[in-house]
Amino acid sequence: MTETAPVITVTNLIKQFGRFAALRGVTAEFAGGRLYAILGDNGAGKTTLLRTLAGLNQPSSGEVTILGAKKFHDICQQVGYMAHPSLLYDEMSGMENLEYFAHLYGITSRTRCAEAIRAVGLDPELIRPVGQYSQGMRQRVSLARALLNDPKILLLDEPFSNVDLHSATGMVRLLAGLRDQGKTIFIVTHQAALLEAATDEFVWMEFGKIVERTRDLRRLEASR
Amino acid sequence: MKKLFPILGVLTAILLIYALYQALVVAPTERTMGDVQRIFYYHVPSAWTAFILFFINFGASVFYLIKRNPAADIVALVTAEVGVVFCTVVLITGPIWARPVWGIWWTWDMRLTSTLVLWLIYVSYLFLRRFSSSGETPLLAAALAVLGALCVPFVYFSIWFFRTQHPQPVMGGGGSIDPRMLHVLLINWLAFSCFAFLVCWSRYRLEKLQREVDHAHALESLMDPRGSAR
Amino acid sequence: MSAPTGITRVTLLKDLRLEWRSKDAINSMLFFSLLVVVVFSFSFDPSAEESRQIAGGLVWVAFLFAAVVALNQTWAREIRNQVLDAYRVSPAPANSLFIAKTLGNFIFVSVLEALMTPLFIMFYRLRALGPAWPLLLVAALGTWALVVNGTFFAAMSLRTRSREIMLPLLLFPISIPALLAMVQATTSILNGEGARFWIVLLATYDLVFTTVCLLLFETVLNAE
Repeated sequence: MTETAPVITVTNLIKQFGRFAALRGVTAEFAGGRLYAILGDNGAGKTTLLRTLAGLNQPSSGEVTILGAKKFHDICQQVGYMAHPSLLYDEMSGMENLEYFAHLYGITSRTRCAEAIRAVGLDPELIRPVGQYSQGMRQRVSLARALLNDPKILLLDEPFSNVDLHSATGMVRLLAGLRDQGKTIFIVTHQAALLEAATDEFVWMEFGKIVERTRDLRRLEASR
Repeated sequence: MKKLFPILGVLTAILLIYALYQALVVAPTERTMGDVQRIFYYHVPSAWTAFILFFINFGASVFYLIKRNPAADIVALVTAEVGVVFCTVVLITGPIWARPVWGIWWTWDMRLTSTLVLWLIYVSYLFLRRFSSSGETPLLAAALAVLGALCVPFVYFSIWFFRTQHPQPVMGGGGSIDPRMLHVLLINWLAFSCFAFLVCWSRYRLEKLQREVDHAHALESLMDPRGSAR
Repeated sequence: MSAPTGITRVTLLKDLRLEWRSKDAINSMLFFSLLVVVVFSFSFDPSAEESRQIAGGLVWVAFLFAAVVALNQTWAREIRNQVLDAYRVSPAPANSLFIAKTLGNFIFVSVLEALMTPLFIMFYRLRALGPAWPLLLVAALGTWALVVNGTFFAAMSLRTRSREIMLPLLLFPISIPALLAMVQATTSILNGEGARFWIVLLATYDLVFTTVCLLLFETVLNAE
C-alpha cells in the first residue's frame, strides 16, 4: 500500500439533527499508515464524524469511502472501533469479553484473544469481571477488543478520558507501533499533548467543519 | 393547486350539509330504535374512512421502507393523525348510541372493538413519532406501521370468533339494510371521505412547510454557525 | 466468518451466562413475579368454579407484566457501556442478535411462568376439567408471541426518550389479538372445551410476526 493513496475519503458530509447540523460539509482525504488526532471544542462534530466513519450514523447527505467501499458493512472486518464507554460487558472477565467479540468476527482462537490482552499489558488469566477494573485497565481491554480482527483502520473516540497516565502512555506507545506497521489510526481526543510525539497530523474541527490540518501542535494551540 | 383547495372546501362543506340533511330528515326512521339510530350515519362512515386512511398509511410506510421517500413519510404521518381522529368519532358515537338503545355504555361489538384496537395501535404510532430521539424516526415509525397493519386481520378474526362464542348486542343492524338507508350511508361516506382528503391535504402542506423551514434553518447555520440558534 | 447460527448460539450463551451472574436481577424478577401473583390473589377471591372462568385472563395478565419487566432489563445490559455499538460495527448479522435475544427472553420468561403457575394453581384451586397438556402448547405459543414482539419493540424503544414506558406502550396494542387468543384458549382448555381455533390463530400470529420482525430488525437496530 503506497503511503499517498487515500484510505478514507469524505465528500461534503452533512449530518443534520432537526434544526441543528452537527456536520456542515466535511470534505477531506486521509492517507494510509498515519495517525490522525482529531481535536476541537465540544460540539465541533468530532464524535459525529467518527461515528459516521464507523458506520454507526447515516449522513444526511454526502459520501464516505473507506478502503474503496461506500458501505461500511463491506469492509467492517478491517475496521476497529473504540469509544469513551468501554463497549464491554461489566459482568464478564477480559478474556470472556474478548472471546465473545472475537466470535462476532469469526475468530475462535483463544490464543489470539490471550495475545491481544497481553499486547495491551494485561494478564489473560485475570478472572475479575471488567466492571471491577480501573478505567485505565478497562480501556486497555477495550483496545484489545478493537484489535482482535487485526484491522487496517482504527477509530478511537476519546479513548484516554479518565485514564491513568501509565495506561494512557502505554496505549499511545502501542498505537504508534501499530501505525508504524502500516495501520491508519484516527483518535478523537481532548488530550493532544499526550499524543504529540506519536501524531502525524492534527485535524482541528470547528462548528462541524475541518478548519485546519497541521503537524505542528504548538502553532495550532497558539492560534486556537 | 392553491386555487383548487378553497373550491374543494366549499364543495365539501355543501356535501357535508347535504349529507347531514339526508341523515337527519330524509332517511326513514328505524323501526325499533327510533331517531337515535340516525347516529349510525356518522358512526359507520367514520369507521370506513378511518380504515381507508390506515390502509393508505400502510402503503406509504411500505413505500418509505423501500424507497426512503420523504413525501411518503409525510403521507404516513398525516393519514395516521386524521385516521385517529375518525376512530375517536367512532368510539364516541358508539357509546352515545348504545346507551339509550341497550342501556349500556359499551358493547364488545365487532366494529366498536376492532376500532378500539386500531385506535390504540395508531395512537401508539403517534407516541413513537413524538418520543423518538433517533435521527431516523420515519424508519422506526414505518416499521411500527407495518406491524400494526399486519395486526389488523388478526384483530378482526379474533374478535369475530370471540363474538360467536360470547354473543353481544350488534350495532348497526346485522342483516340486510334498507336501500334508502344504504343510500344515505353512502352519501355520508362520500362527504366524510372528501372532508378527510381535505384535512389530510392541508396537514400535508403544513408538515411539508415545517420540514422545509427546519431544513432552511439548518442550512442557514451551515453558512453562519455562530449566528444560528443551537 | 462464523455462520450466523454460530453467532446466535454464542450470543445466547453469553446472555444466559450474564443473567446467571447478575443474580440480583434474577432474584428481583422472581420476587416481582411472586408479588404479582399474590396481589392478584388478594384482589380476586373466586370460588373454584368461578376461578376456572377468570384464571386464563389473570394468569396471562400476570405473565404480561413479568414479561415487560424482563424485556426492559435484558436490553438494558446492551446499552450500558454502549456495547451495542461494538456489535453493530462487527460483521455479525443483526438477525442473529435478534434471534439470540428473543430466545433468551423466551427462556427467561418461561422460567418466570413456571414459577408463577404453581402459585396460581394453589391460590385459585385450579383444576382443568379436560386434558391439561394443551396448556403447555398455548403457553409456548403465547409466550413466544409476547417475546418476539417485545424484543423487537424493546430494541425500537432504545431510540426513544422514556425508554421503559415506550416498550409496553408499543407492545400492548399489537399484542391484543394474541392476548385474546391466549386467554380464551386457556379458559377453554380449563373448562374441558376445545381451543383449536385459538391455537391456530396464535401459531399463525407467531409465524407472521416472527417473519416480519426478522425482516425489519436490521433497519430498527441501525436507526440512529
